[in-house]
Order: sequence, then C-alpha cells, then structure tokens
Amino acid sequence: MSSLSATLQDIFNEPGCAKNANKSDVERKKGCTKQPQPGAAAGGCAFDGAKIALQPFTDVAHLIHGPIACEGNSWDNRGAASSGASIWRTSFTTDMTETDVVFGGEKRLYNAIKEIIGKYKPAAVFVYQTCVPAMIGDDIDIVCKAASRKFRKPVIPINAPGFVGSKNLGNKLAGEALLEHVIGTEEPDYTTPYDINMIGEYNLSGELWQIKPLLDELGIRILSCISGDGRYHEVASSHRARAAMLVCSKSMINVARRMEERYCIPFFEGSFYGIQDSSASLREIAQLLVRRGAPEELIGRTEAVIAREEARAWAAIRQYKPRFAGKRALLITGGVKSWSVVAALQEAGLELVGTSVKKSTEEDKERIKELMGLDAHMIEDISAREMYKMLKDARADIMLSGGKSQFVALKAAMPWLDINQERSHAYLGYVGIVKLVEEIDKALFNPIWEQLRQPAPWDTVCKNTHSDPMGQAAESASHPTPAERARRSKRICFCKRVDLGTLEDAIRSHGLTTVREIRQKTNASGGCGACKSRIRHILASSRESSAPAVLDAAE
Amino acid sequence: MATVTMSKKACAVNPLKMSQPIGGAFAFMGLRGAMPILHGSQGCTSFGLTLFVRHFREPVPLQTTAMSEVATVLGGYDNVEQAILNIYNRNKPEIIGICSTGVTETNGEDVDAFIKLIREKHPQLADFPLVYVSTPDFKDAFQDGWEKTVARLVEVLVDVPPAEAERDPARVNVLPGCHLTPGDLDELRTILEDFGLTPSFLPDLAGSLDGHIPDEFTQTTIGGVGVDEIATMGRSSWTIAIGAQMRQAAEAMHSKTGVPFRLFERMCGLMPNDEFLAFLSEISGQPVPSKYRRQRGQLADAMLDAHFHIGGRKLAIGAEPDLLFDLSNMLHDMGAHVSAAVTTTHSPVLERIKTNEVVIGDLEDLEELAKRRGCDLLITHSHGRQAAGRLNIPFHRAGFPVFDRIGAGHQVSVGYRGTRDLIFNIANLVITDREVNHQPTPDSWRPSNLASRSRRIANATERSVA
Repeated sequence: MSSLSATLQDIFNEPGCAKNANKSDVERKKGCTKQPQPGAAAGGCAFDGAKIALQPFTDVAHLIHGPIACEGNSWDNRGAASSGASIWRTSFTTDMTETDVVFGGEKRLYNAIKEIIGKYKPAAVFVYQTCVPAMIGDDIDIVCKAASRKFRKPVIPINAPGFVGSKNLGNKLAGEALLEHVIGTEEPDYTTPYDINMIGEYNLSGELWQIKPLLDELGIRILSCISGDGRYHEVASSHRARAAMLVCSKSMINVARRMEERYCIPFFEGSFYGIQDSSASLREIAQLLVRRGAPEELIGRTEAVIAREEARAWAAIRQYKPRFAGKRALLITGGVKSWSVVAALQEAGLELVGTSVKKSTEEDKERIKELMGLDAHMIEDISAREMYKMLKDARADIMLSGGKSQFVALKAAMPWLDINQERSHAYLGYVGIVKLVEEIDKALFNPIWEQLRQPAPWDTVCKNTHSDPMGQAAESASHPTPAERARRSKRICFCKRVDLGTLEDAIRSHGLTTVREIRQKTNASGGCGACKSRIRHILASSRESSAPAVLDAAE
Repeated sequence: MATVTMSKKACAVNPLKMSQPIGGAFAFMGLRGAMPILHGSQGCTSFGLTLFVRHFREPVPLQTTAMSEVATVLGGYDNVEQAILNIYNRNKPEIIGICSTGVTETNGEDVDAFIKLIREKHPQLADFPLVYVSTPDFKDAFQDGWEKTVARLVEVLVDVPPAEAERDPARVNVLPGCHLTPGDLDELRTILEDFGLTPSFLPDLAGSLDGHIPDEFTQTTIGGVGVDEIATMGRSSWTIAIGAQMRQAAEAMHSKTGVPFRLFERMCGLMPNDEFLAFLSEISGQPVPSKYRRQRGQLADAMLDAHFHIGGRKLAIGAEPDLLFDLSNMLHDMGAHVSAAVTTTHSPVLERIKTNEVVIGDLEDLEELAKRRGCDLLITHSHGRQAAGRLNIPFHRAGFPVFDRIGAGHQVSVGYRGTRDLIFNIANLVITDREVNHQPTPDSWRPSNLASRSRRIANATERSVA
C-alpha cells in the first residue's frame, strides 16, 4: 500500500487547492478532511467517492472487489444519465466469501474480470479496491495488469478502499487513477479548435443536456466529459482538448491541474448554476478557446447567445418574483457549490436566511458575504436538531438540501427541495434555473402544508393521554414532571408563541371562556388566527374538567 | 422437493443479496430509542443508511465507529468506546446495538470484551443496554443478520420470570421475520387485538418506520418496542414466530422463559391464514370475529376473480428465503408455475418450495432463467427493474429494497385482507401487460408463431412441479 499512501500525500499537497495551499506542512500531512467522529459521523467513504466520480462512464464495466456490502447495498442508486451504453448500470462484484478472506481474493478477481469481458464486452473494466481485500493484501494493480495483457482490454485499478478517508478524497483518488492509467492513452478520431473537457460534471438527471444544446449551437464540442455520460475512448483521448472547465467544486481539481501541467490544457473553475454563472462560464470557455487559437468571432457569437438566453430566463423568472417576496430559504448543500446556488436563488427573489459552508473554501465564503451581505448566516456544521428547530420556529419557509436531511424538513411540515446528487430534476443552465424556481414555487405553495400544520381537531388537548396506552398516561398522572411539562409546552399559537400551559393557567386563574378574552390576556390568536379552533377546544375541555364552582363564577 | 444449487460464478452480476450487518441493524430499528452502530468504516453505514432511507423515505438512525485505516491496524477498541460515549451523551438513547462488518471481522475483533471493558471504565454504562451481534459481511445475507440479532435480543434483554410468576393469558409475543413490512405488523396487531390478545412485537418496525410524524425531533428511533417491554416478554402465554428465520429467536425465548411457541412459516394465502386464525381462536378461547369470516369470503372471491389471470403464469422470483417461500407458495396456490427461483442464503424452507430448483445466486441468474424458461411474471426487489425492462414482462416489486416506488412500508401481504389486495395487484399487472404487449393481431395464430408458443408451454409444464 506504499503507492497508495504516496498518492494520498500527493493529493494533500495539491497546489491547485486554495485550502491546502494555506495550510502548514503539519496540517497538510493530516489530510483534507477532519477525522470522522465515531458515533457522530455522516457521509460516505473513499470508495463511495471513487465510484460516484467514475461510475457515470457508461461503456465501462465497474467491478467492485470486496464483500457484498460495498456493492450489494449501494448499486444503481445514482441518477446519472446515459445517451447510449447501459453497461455502467449493471452491477459487478466479487462478493468475497470467508474462503476468499482466508486464502486471498486475487484469483476470484481475475476470473471475475474474465467472465465480464467474455459475457459483456465492455470498452474497459474499472476494478475498485475495498477495505477487506486491502487488509488481506490483494494486489489489484497486478491482477489488473495481468488481465489487461491477457484479454487485451483496458483493466484499470481504482485504489480507494473506504477506510482511507472521505468521499471527497475518493473523488480525487478516482481522478488519480484516470491520470495514471487512462488519460492520454488513446487518440481522438479528429480534433477541432473548439474541443473542451468538462471535468467533475456527472450528468445527474441528464443535466448536462441542458447545457449541451447551447455549446452545440456555438460549435463547441465536448471532447470528453469526466465523467457524465462519458465514454472510455473519449476520456482516454481527452488530452487533445484545447481548454477545460472544472465543474464540481474541488472534487477533481487534481485532474484539471495535472492536465494543464502535462498537456497545456488551460482550465477555469465555473458552474452552470444560475444565470450569471452560466453566462460567465460560457464567456470563459469562449475566451479560453480563442486564446488557444479558435477564431475570434466565437466571442461575439457567444455574447449573442448569452444575451438571448438571459433575456428568456429573466422573463420566465420575473413572474415568480412577486410570489417569492418575503419568502426565506435555508440552503444546506454538500457537493454543490453554495455561492452559485445562492446567486441563483436571489435572482428569483428568495431571501436566504442561511447557507452551509462546510465544504466551501475561504474564497467561497467571501463570495457568499458579497452576495448575501455581511450578516449572512453561514453555517459551518449544522446538526439535524438545529435544522429542525430553525424550520419549526419558522425562521425559514423552505429548505434546499441533499436527500439525507430531507426528513428534517418534511417532518417539520416544511417545504423541501432536493438539490444534491439524488435529485430527480435537472437544474443546470438557463433552462435549469427556471426549472428550479418552478419547483420551489410548487413546493412553497402546495396546499398540503397548511393542512398538515393543523393538529387533528379532537386531540389538541388530550393527545398525550391517548397516544401511549402502555403507560405514559399513567406516568403523567403520578409524576407530573417530564410528560406533563412536555404536554404543557405544546405550542398552540405559533404567531405569538403561546403554549398550552400558559393558556390553561390563564383560563384557570382568570376564568376565561372566550377566544377574545384569551387574546386580551395572553395575546394568543392575535396573529393569523389559525389557532382559534384549537383554543376553543382547550376552552371546552377545561370547562369539562374544572370544578363547577369555577364554572358558575365564569358564567 | 426442490434441489438447492449454488451459482458457480466468480463474479456476482446485479446482486440480489444485501449484507448481513444491515439486516442486523434493521432489527435494532424496531426498538424504541435505539441507535444501531455498524462497527466498520464510514461507508459501511453510509451505504446502508441510504438504502433504508430510500426504501422507507424516513429518517433512519444508523451510526458508525468510523474505522480508519490506522484504527483498523491498531484495533477498534477506542472507536467503539468513543462511538458509544458520543451516542450515549448526545442522543440519549435507550439502547445501542452494535453489528460488526467485514473490516472488523477480518481483524477478529472481540467486541464483547470491548463492551465489558467499557462498562467497567464508565460506570454510567454499567447497566445500560448494549447489545453486540457478530455479522461479517463476507458470510450470510440480510435475513441472517436479522435472525441473529433478534435471537440475541431475546437472550440479552428478556428477563427470566420468577418461578412463581403467573403468565398473562391474554399476552402474546410476536417475533416477525424481516420480510414483514410495518404495514404487515399493523395488520397482525389488529387481528390479534380483535381476539382480545395483547401482542408484544420484537422487533416492532411499525412503531418506528411507519412514517408517523413525531412531536419532537430525535436522532434515535421514534418508536418501536421498549426495552422494558422486552424484559417482560417471559410473562406472555405464547410466542408466535413468523418465518422460518425466527425459529432461533423463538427457541431462545422458550428455553429462557418457558413460553411455548408456534412457528408460522407463511402468512400470505388462504390456508395459512385459516391456520393462523384457528390458532388464535384456540389460544384466546374466542370465536373468530365475524369481520374475519367476511374477509375470508372476500379473499375467496378475489381468488376466483384472479385465477383467470394468475393461473398458468410462469413466475420468476428472486427474494430472501422466507419471502420467497411465502410468495411463491401463495402464487403456486393460485395456479402459477414457479419456473425460476433465486435466493440469497441457505434456509430449511428452500427445498420445500414448489419448484424443481432453487438457485442461491444473483439477478443475472434470475434474468437468464426467466428468459430461458419463458417466464411471464417477475417478482423481486427494485433492483430487478433493469431485468424487467429487458424481459418486458409484468414486474411486481416485493422485498427490500423498494426504492423506486413509494409506500413500500405499507404494502401488506399478511392476513386475508393483505393476501386479497396482493392478489389484485398482481392480477392487475398481468392484465395491463396483456393490454400493452399482447393484443391479438392477424398473425397471432399463424402456425409459425404457434409453434414457438407451444414449445414454451411444453417446457413450462415439464419444469414446474404440480
């Protein structure tokens, strides 16, 4: 594993990464990510990251060398789209057994490669190392080399066993494998002065195809996309591109930078999230190509397309602006670069009350400050409980995040939209931003929210006495402490923040009987008035339970 | 009698199987205030978590000891200790369950010894429920992980009742297999309660993963059976085990507490439910409520209406052993031929499946068999969707995971009512398929087409067992 640790050190030394460049030598040795905390960690492993980065290569067979957990629990779970081959969605694993663990799994791996090439004839086989074979010393590099020679087919080892680090590290290790074994090994059928590489774009939900028509119109050819809707031959010959765009934040910066170094392919970091970013990216592509010798007129044509598309998108979004006035969004993202989404949402008139910056660089944070103002709520690392509280307290009207935190919002009966890898809609470019705004509108104004925030009419007060027949009711009677406190702290009026205990005390001590009297004493129902029916129920049930003397006095 | 064969391939293609540790963690999810941990690298948990979340569309508690490469070399004691303390302090759980993985089993870590040390070192954990199950990834499958974990829960958490203690005649324990959904458990609960019985489910996924919205956000499970309730299961008068996988847990319960058990291998179909209700009537001393007499009639009628569509169908089914046994038998009882059966792991029920051969293999095996034997009905979990597309035959999703359709947790197949609805669903898939793919054309009955048809029919009759 010495070569793997050397590769890891290379990645930590990545000069193209601003975050790394600012670290001291000692810090850099420790690596990119904080050691995950046992019992309080979330997120995938390096193998997960490597597979995410490479699986969108559609004509490649992806073979996972390990026990069933690594592939059996995770296959066919990403929404990347293919315009042709489907072999990438077929799952291959050596499904190592106890015998393999004892005697070594190399032979099984070799036979597996043989079976795959015989049956499925893929353009190449990518072999992914996992923890267990790494522990027992299976050398996948040697097996791949032997199989490649024997079957005369590229068989590429991807050395990113899960326990070496995080998902992000796995992305980079995948990039290293491409640099070492794939890129520059074949030649393109032809080249044009308009050839570019897209690096770090995974074509989730087919989003690449929201951009491609514009590039096609400008005559710009995606020579290779790493790795969305990718083909082995394209990436193998991607070293002949004139320029490159690095799409997904820092996940594959090592690929972009090393290709610049090795093949003089200049790159820029951009995004197609939001109108301004899309325009900036198109401009940058055109300029880089012209600098590399493409005809000057490309810039003019690009500007014309930008002007047309911007006008269209603005017109479409403008319709939503009045509907979004005063609506607040909370943005919790992982891989998607926060600032570019921030800009996009502001274009639609949403107010951002907070955004996560867990994976952002200092430079990103500066940009967020520029965009959102100095008081922007930048969230380093938010716990699910805090997120839930923010939503419950109505400090935000909608949450945009990845799939894993969706239930925090949904269980708080708050609109939520998926903007991460598992999303089922594509949000790229000028058409994509309009789609995003449309989806936000659908989520915000769906009539279900209002219904779901209403408690059932029969149990506003006596909910706890019904809900748990196994004894909570008995408990709350005998020890009035936690259960009773929980019952009393139930929020009845959300606008004025009045809880059940306050109302009951007010009713008892002042003998209140109408909603109006309650509003005068406690302020409850002084806002939207939606809680009136709840208060009426409380009044009714307190009449039933209170002593007749009090009742008489009240009437 | 079916012969059980193992796939001989070096490479599993489109796996049917999922790993044992997440089956174990799944069992812990049916306990109230639980936090399951996988003792392995972060990815082990992350993949499992994503799978559960996509199936149930619910928040799912599942943590990790986050073993790094270095920790793997040095041993995982510190990681287990930190994980337990972090969860104990932050999430205030009522129980922590730990399942091992391939990484830690390759090292041969003695987690039971770790736990003993941790309890000594941290007195606040001395009596806290910490349950460890050994579940290496490179052995067995999802169902085995569940089986071992439930048996272990019985061994560790159920109290031995004092000798003079009386049993509660109305109380019954239910040990459901992992093939039952939260919807199934709720249906069983209703049936048992209608006989005046009070059931304790172990585990009770219906309490935690049924989709209800909790008042407070918690990181642990939001419901399920409580540790206190499990402790008293020895006072029940009967244990009902569902699925052959639960025999081990039922026997553990019996040998620890003396509670007799009855194992129901099937819960789907007319006869199995007749048997079940007769048993409930017997142990409760109550006649079968009229509601179930009506439901039985409705199921009978559903069978009459559906046998036109299901009868003669050649079924290709891929599922874990107990689900495979239950569903394939029910469809066999409806006149379908079980032509291709693939499963994940060994089980005593496999040879009693009504077919010639059961393959322990993957979805590639199932797809090939289905193609070769001309199957025209496919049942497996969502990973069968690509095969279904290529085979172009009706596809019913059953088992775990179902991630590309919603409501998986509420699919009911137990009881008369559950069987009735399942039969309707499958028959409707067949009807849709006929409308879409098999409308008669002027060439449908030409001799050349007929020849290939009759060859297929001959094959099917030869292969299916009456």
